[in-house]
Amino acid sequence: MLHAKKKTGLVFFPAFDWAISPTHPEREERLLYTQDQVFEEGLLDIDGIVEFKPDLVTINDVQRVHFCVPDPWAVMTESHFISAGGAKTIGMAVMDGTIDRGFAMVRPPGHHACRVVHGARGFCNINTEAIMIEYLRRAYGVERIAIVDTDCHHGDGTQDIYWHDPNTLFISIHQDGRTLYPGSGFLDEMGGPNAVGTTINIPLPPNTSDEGFLYTIKEMVLPILDDFKPQLIINSAGQDNHYSDPITNMNFSARGYAELTSLLKPDIAVLEGGYAIEGALPYVNTGIILAMAGLDYDHLSEPDFDYEAYRQSRETTDYIHHLGQKVLNLWDRRESLAETARAKANSNQRTRSIYYDTDSIQENQNETIRICDDCGGALRIQSSANRKQPILAVHIPVGACAACQDQGHKWFETADREQFANIFLQDRTTDRYLSTHKK
Amino acid sequence: MIIGLDVGGTHTDVILLSGRQLIREVKIATDPDNLFQTLQAGLDAIIEGIDPKSIKRAVLSTTLATNLVAQQKLPDVGMVVAGGPGIDPRHFRTNALYYTVKGAQDHRGQEIQTLDDKEVLAIGEELRHKGIRYAGVVSKFSVRNSAQEEKMAALLQPYVERVFMGHRFSGNLNFPRRIATTYLNCAVYPVHKKFFTAVQESLAEKGLTMPIRILRPDGGNMNIESSVDHPAQTILSGPSASVIGAISSAPSEGTCLVLDIGGTTTDMAVLIDRAPLLAPLGIEVAGYKTLIRALQTESIGIGGDSAVRVIEGKLTIGPDRLGKAMAYGGPEPTPTDAFYVLGQGGSGDAAQSRRGLEPVARALDLTVDLAAKLIFETACRTILEAAAKMINTINSKPVYTVHELWEGSQIKPNHLLILGGPAPQFASQLQTMFDGKVQVVPNYQVANAIGCALARTTCEVSLFADTSQGKATAPSEGFSKEVDSSFNLDNARELANDLLRKKAIRRGADPEDLETEVLEENQFNMIRGFRTVGKNIRVRMQLKPGLIRDE
Repeated sequence: MLHAKKKTGLVFFPAFDWAISPTHPEREERLLYTQDQVFEEGLLDIDGIVEFKPDLVTINDVQRVHFCVPDPWAVMTESHFISAGGAKTIGMAVMDGTIDRGFAMVRPPGHHACRVVHGARGFCNINTEAIMIEYLRRAYGVERIAIVDTDCHHGDGTQDIYWHDPNTLFISIHQDGRTLYPGSGFLDEMGGPNAVGTTINIPLPPNTSDEGFLYTIKEMVLPILDDFKPQLIINSAGQDNHYSDPITNMNFSARGYAELTSLLKPDIAVLEGGYAIEGALPYVNTGIILAMAGLDYDHLSEPDFDYEAYRQSRETTDYIHHLGQKVLNLWDRRESLAETARAKANSNQRTRSIYYDTDSIQENQNETIRICDDCGGALRIQSSANRKQPILAVHIPVGACAACQDQGHKWFETADREQFANIFLQDRTTDRYLSTHKK
Repeated sequence: MIIGLDVGGTHTDVILLSGRQLIREVKIATDPDNLFQTLQAGLDAIIEGIDPKSIKRAVLSTTLATNLVAQQKLPDVGMVVAGGPGIDPRHFRTNALYYTVKGAQDHRGQEIQTLDDKEVLAIGEELRHKGIRYAGVVSKFSVRNSAQEEKMAALLQPYVERVFMGHRFSGNLNFPRRIATTYLNCAVYPVHKKFFTAVQESLAEKGLTMPIRILRPDGGNMNIESSVDHPAQTILSGPSASVIGAISSAPSEGTCLVLDIGGTTTDMAVLIDRAPLLAPLGIEVAGYKTLIRALQTESIGIGGDSAVRVIEGKLTIGPDRLGKAMAYGGPEPTPTDAFYVLGQGGSGDAAQSRRGLEPVARALDLTVDLAAKLIFETACRTILEAAAKMINTINSKPVYTVHELWEGSQIKPNHLLILGGPAPQFASQLQTMFDGKVQVVPNYQVANAIGCALARTTCEVSLFADTSQGKATAPSEGFSKEVDSSFNLDNARELANDLLRKKAIRRGADPEDLETEVLEENQFNMIRGFRTVGKNIRVRMQLKPGLIRDE
């Protein structure tokens, strides 16, 4: 008889009747073979593994994180309420102590969804993990949280949401942005002026294999987590680093993913991408579940796995070792780097162009943050999609100081109602979310 | 006429029906050490003075297999398991002679590691050497492709009397449960076969030559011939007899909770629009989780004879039974004694009940009458709380489509059906605590045996089609067919329905009374690259459990 060493909760929501489009990678079939494997292995019968039915997130849960333009209904489908709801269910069960750890195997994914949402990008509409985390902050008062994103693509949406938050450590491990969508996630992306260093990007070279990934976790991620001392560790568990993934170029294996999970010991894992639906996902998901539950996974392997064939080159190993030194060096110097960053002219401004590949939208953003030593800082975002009339979004962070609260309210109240199609206020101090529409 | 016979732990109930009319009922003590004798005695009593030729049907529910498993009296058998990648199959060991061998198939049923014939043959030698006569073979994903199990069975066959293959028992995925299910079938087989051969012979001597059917835990039955191939499908059939016995009293629409209140326990089940709800996977017995189809039932340790105690000023009822109620000379007070104190008793000694409750009343600082009332209310409340928990479990069962999650209906019982010895007394109290109709099943003391007599034949078929591989298979039926790319869900449903009807008739169903239904169906387009390469179709159908038609 198998007994889980850690009581592990699962939400399995394959959304068998939902797809972005019939032949899109994010389609009905995606978790079919994973379901087959999970059922056939009898994982849900193991003593100490429990399956939960996902809850639905509320509009308030979404508005706590996003500015949806023009409103949440316009950018979400039913499946998004469930996907984020599944993560929330796991989060609550962990916080309530019903389970030690949990894994939300849900789709669609969410880590490319930024704070402002005009539509879908990178198959994502709303940020599943962020919605869960901000709910947990609100309901359970959790403060310090670390997110480790192990999807092959840079978690640019999650990075955007936590760019100014010094209490959320965001680490993204991904295939180098020079070779893969979304083309970002470089070492120098380290967070806004109030949160320099709590955004960490680890761009790995193509063809990185088990060795490189596990080195990254052991030698970079774990020491940084030790320093940061989060109350919760969240893993954005994308599975597209797999050697058989059709849209990426990495060489990670199912047992490697299981090993990574054992090392990282996330409290909560949430499925992100991963599109080798037959050759990888059934085995990777099984591996992650076994590892979370503290069960042996030595017998787990893809039918066609050949360690030597997928092993990374000597050059790749050297490159990663060198990269590790740079990552740790930046982390150690984060305080002095923050001073340097703030000293630059217009360090409170950011102008960006964001492309929504899934929905073909070009967004232009101007962002202003109130530089602050006492909180994450009031944030003002002006955004326009496809050159249409802009919207204005004002964010007052959790634990905002009085000055930032005043600044946020002032931005919201004094905004020119004619200039903007919508004006939003996200006041985290009161959990209040307002929006005005132009008449 | 029809005979229904339900062997219970303490009593065996036998009834004779003419159409739906109860002609005769017999209750005898069960001798757990000699079930054959119990069966004989029950049948002799029920047919006394009746022309054996007028008996057209007999359905038996026995505890034979259940006892074998529960008491660990199973004979040695050999289990040969091909696991492949995943959880180490050694974790699923069922018995001493359990061998894991090379060989693997993936989730689409494609072979990924071949069997090593020599390895299997060596096991055959060993089994023969040890005098083992029965073996079970199981491979992972054998419900997608039974080839490796067939091969292992063929290799082992020369060494043993009979080999059982995992894919024959269920079309559902779950490798560990398939191993346990195969093991139980294999191990129960020799005793089951011997027992029912003897039963059949003995009945023939009495002139009873009608087909004998055996009840299953899913509320249906099968003929003896089928039962010999699936002997473990007779385990834990008892609770389903009562549920089927309640069906004719259930409302044709709505959710109904069935409570079978016995001496020691109360068994609970759910009827939705008169159809019993099935457990998601299969029965769990003596630590074995199986794929043996069963009704969703829940049992709690509260019955008419449960021991009543006061522990640290708090009243407790059950979960144990120390004997009869004090009104009948038992050792400790029980809920039945509370009925006597409240004037709802029968022919027992009410004074004895009152004396028995006195210490309970003192410990609770209540009058005896109030203590009796409290016992009664507490017993009923505990039952309803357990029922609410069961309903909650059913309602929180995960679903896997957006549609089901958003539209998902939640069941809420609005009708209570009660059977078993103390049914009328419990019904009167439950009526005051339950928001809905409360009803005692007619002939509540033998409704279980009536359920047994009137149960339909049941069975299930799973069909799996993968048009990119050009194949439609139902391994549990030994069925495989080539299909082309135009094969779709409608064709699959039609094919499954056809296989189900044939299987039902083999198992003894009335061809004119086959109510089939789809339990699950899915069709997925398989996309590789950005191109559709085929369809992946799954259909699971069943013969709906229920009552045979009234002739």
